[in-house]
Amino acid sequence: MGMSNFLQQLANGISLGSLYALLAIGYTMVYGILRLINFAHGDIFMVGTYIAFYSMTSFLLPWWLSFLIAMILTCIFGIIVEKAAYKPLRNSPRISVMISAIGASFLIENLAIVLFGGRPKAFPIPDMFNKVVKIGNVSIVSVNFYIPIITGILLLILLYVVNNTKTGMAMRAVSKDYEAARLMGIDVNKIVSFTFGIGSVLAAMGGIMWGLKFPNLVPLMGLMPGLKCFIAAVVGGIGDIRGAVLGGFILGLGEIMIVAFLPSLTGYRDAFAFILLIVILLLKPAGLMGKNLTEKV
Amino acid sequence: MKRKIALLMVLVLVTTTLFIGCSTEANENADNENDVIKIGVFEPMTGVNAAGGAMEVEGIKLANELYPEVLGKKVELVIVDNKSDKVEAANAATRLVDKEKVAAIIGSWGSSFSMAAGPIVADAKVSAVGASCTNPLVTKGNDYYFRVCFIDTFQGKVMANYAVNELGAKKAAIIREVSNDYSVGLANFFMNTFKELTGDENAIVGIADYNTGDQDFTAQLTNIKKLNPDVIFAPGNYSESALLIKQARELGIDAPILGGDTWEAPEFLEIGGKAVEGAVFSTFFTSEVPITKKSEEFLEEYRKRFDKEPASVTALGFDAYLVILDAIKKAGTDDPVKIREALAKTKDFEGAAGVITLDENGDAVKDAVIKQVKDGKFTYLTTIKSKGN
Repeated sequence: MGMSNFLQQLANGISLGSLYALLAIGYTMVYGILRLINFAHGDIFMVGTYIAFYSMTSFLLPWWLSFLIAMILTCIFGIIVEKAAYKPLRNSPRISVMISAIGASFLIENLAIVLFGGRPKAFPIPDMFNKVVKIGNVSIVSVNFYIPIITGILLLILLYVVNNTKTGMAMRAVSKDYEAARLMGIDVNKIVSFTFGIGSVLAAMGGIMWGLKFPNLVPLMGLMPGLKCFIAAVVGGIGDIRGAVLGGFILGLGEIMIVAFLPSLTGYRDAFAFILLIVILLLKPAGLMGKNLTEKV
Repeated sequence: MKRKIALLMVLVLVTTTLFIGCSTEANENADNENDVIKIGVFEPMTGVNAAGGAMEVEGIKLANELYPEVLGKKVELVIVDNKSDKVEAANAATRLVDKEKVAAIIGSWGSSFSMAAGPIVADAKVSAVGASCTNPLVTKGNDYYFRVCFIDTFQGKVMANYAVNELGAKKAAIIREVSNDYSVGLANFFMNTFKELTGDENAIVGIADYNTGDQDFTAQLTNIKKLNPDVIFAPGNYSESALLIKQARELGIDAPILGGDTWEAPEFLEIGGKAVEGAVFSTFFTSEVPITKKSEEFLEEYRKRFDKEPASVTALGFDAYLVILDAIKKAGTDDPVKIREALAKTKDFEGAAGVITLDENGDAVKDAVIKQVKDGKFTYLTTIKSKGN
């Protein structure tokens, strides 16, 4: 394998990994605050992509406006899902909320099949995202430069919000203990909604980037990315935003390298993610960046 | 006292529901036996192959609209979604034979789904007619499976011939959708003929695989690029193939990319955009060269309703329905076993996508059409005769 070939594969892996990282941030964010695995995250991601698609094709809006609208509407949609499926179960055992999350996920998927139809839609790609850039012998499509930049910016904003603002402080308090946070005068419901809103904006952003990279929209498109980003989040240490980014890159690079160097194992590409999950859970259950916390009694 | 009244109410409720249940059932049975013949359709209406299923169903419904009766009875279509999934395809077929008790079945786009339904229709002794499933194994060894299209041994030859004779290719690379029987089978037949024609055992320089539903093919394509083939043969589902070709062009692969009949879906053009320009594939039918009188009727009615050109598989869906109708007419009954006997004897039947004669395996022997993407449209290149190959 020549050097340029290896560099090309590396570029392929990094661009796929940064997309996974972007999606995993949203996943880990909701988990970090609510200790809830939001199985509907992949479907909110799908809804966001479809909203952007329809604003561009049916309403003929410019792409930047469509992306903005998609993020706002998806944010509202995410909050509605939270109010309908999770809020009524705030004081129930965690397992009930998880089952409710799975139910919400199925409901959204099937509604999408009815509303959007089962046939795939082609996501329109603005020219600036579709240019091929050549560096030596390595070809990279321009969208692959935007994805890591956007991921990086969002990462910085999120870290700032969570660590340095009053809302962030409230979020961290809620993540530790609902009751105590409420006693301290924090409006728990508002904080949870806020978290979900941010998580959904991230999902929409991820969906739009996904659409620009793989312009093939189907109602079940959120299923596999949802699972993989859940794994990326767990590998990095679920609840840890920087860990999610790390997990996303490991997953993306791993997938590409398996296909590149062991072509006979191509069929097991998706299995790689799950094997990685099992190995991490066995060796380092808290994830690569996670802290081992002793369970409260 | 209250309890007694409650008990009475419950009794009344239960008995009325029972009666209602009985009466509707009786009605349905009467309907079934007297004036309706059911034809089952199982196609992918959702999932990754949804466009293929939708296009076939368009043709089947159009045929049903134009020819709604046989033996003086109304023909009812029972359409079941197989969700682009092999397990669901088996479930759908089971539902059609066990619950709906259909006289015959049409389906399915995607050889894998037809193969999953094969043993079920054979056990139930209900014949199935595939519209566009081209893998030889669909009908082989199954007395109850037929199809109105050619098979991949022929299609593979056609494309290998095109690659060698038209493009002058000496080295080919293969990209397969490895979880799809259609793609793997077709790739094999292509490879055999390609090696034969070039007289070079090593004419296939590389084989890469991907899974149904994959979106990223950059790793496989980077490996293929380094082999520098003259031509790439990449049969597979339309949406994956479109993404694959797009990524190949972005990586700087200039070799012509060839495929099979599954590419003929509008989604292939939409998703692939400019990247799929020049892609060449074999298919069953072209609206530019009507073959029979039925083709003209089909084209006229289709254009009137949909205001666009039909896909090949739409014409084949249309034909599958008509072949079954013809068999029911000849059998003079809706008994599935008798229908099978009549179906097996189908000879010189004039369909929209050509004249259909079923051979001993239940396959139609037909000409193939080669099409190319030009200016964002599928354009007709040439017809390859089934004989003399």
